[in-house]
Amino acid sequence: MGALAAMESGQQLRAKTALLLFLMVVFGASGDTLIGKGMRVVGPPAAWSVAPVEAFLSHAAGAPAVWAGFGCLLLFFVSYMLVLTWADFSFVLPASALAYAVVPLLGHFFLREPVSPVRWAGVALITLGVGLVGNTPPRTTRAEPAAGTPLEAARAKGD
Amino acid sequence: MQIAFFVLLVVLAGTSGEMFVSRAMKEVGEVTSFRPAAIARMVLRALRAPWMWAGLGMMALAFFSLLVLLSRANVSFVVPVTALSYVMAALGGRFFLGEQVSANRWLGVCLVCLGVALVCVG
Repeated sequence: MGALAAMESGQQLRAKTALLLFLMVVFGASGDTLIGKGMRVVGPPAAWSVAPVEAFLSHAAGAPAVWAGFGCLLLFFVSYMLVLTWADFSFVLPASALAYAVVPLLGHFFLREPVSPVRWAGVALITLGVGLVGNTPPRTTRAEPAAGTPLEAARAKGD
Repeated sequence: MQIAFFVLLVVLAGTSGEMFVSRAMKEVGEVTSFRPAAIARMVLRALRAPWMWAGLGMMALAFFSLLVLLSRANVSFVVPVTALSYVMAALGGRFFLGEQVSANRWLGVCLVCLGVALVCVG
């Protein structure tokens, strides 16, 4: 019974880790793309002094794509914080690199952007690498007690 | 020389920033419910963790170093170097956060690092 329960909770851990990583890749990639698109419309500041930078910032703040991009990045960061409450940092960070493989793939299939052979090789290596990392257990440290429990308070005092 | 310094700053500050955030989130403890109230509670709890602020500070430092780097001409060749962050992250996970980085995870991290560098170059 105990082993079965452990296996079930292991599968659950894997499933919710995968879901949050998926959200990170989607929000991260769309956030970067939207901000990139918005900033290309805005263009760089005319000079690096106060007045042109102010004009650049107010111009950027008026671009809807920039706001949508920031919204996506905020959702990305909340997903990132959530997944890190249970999963290893050395699992989450390399797995999130899947975004670097997804962006050229989406560009190729939806926007018909050319992808160079070097880039294809990179996409293949990332996919292989994320596959290897993804096969390791998402959490290798013991589960932390929730903050505010007596154990946590005692440990904080001991630090 | 100056460029090498800023590249180093981007990689080191960026990775340690994310590592500190990870430490804060481990202190917050596993979130088991995804209701908006539970997520808001997680964010508020995280904002009270000193490691969170140390992490956000380091990430801001890395971001501004990247801006300085990008404001100099012809630095596109240094951007792939920032893929080294993945190796740094595995080292940080192992030695700062006490995670077990198995041989398979190491191999995966190295492939990801190489792959991200190639995507940036290509």
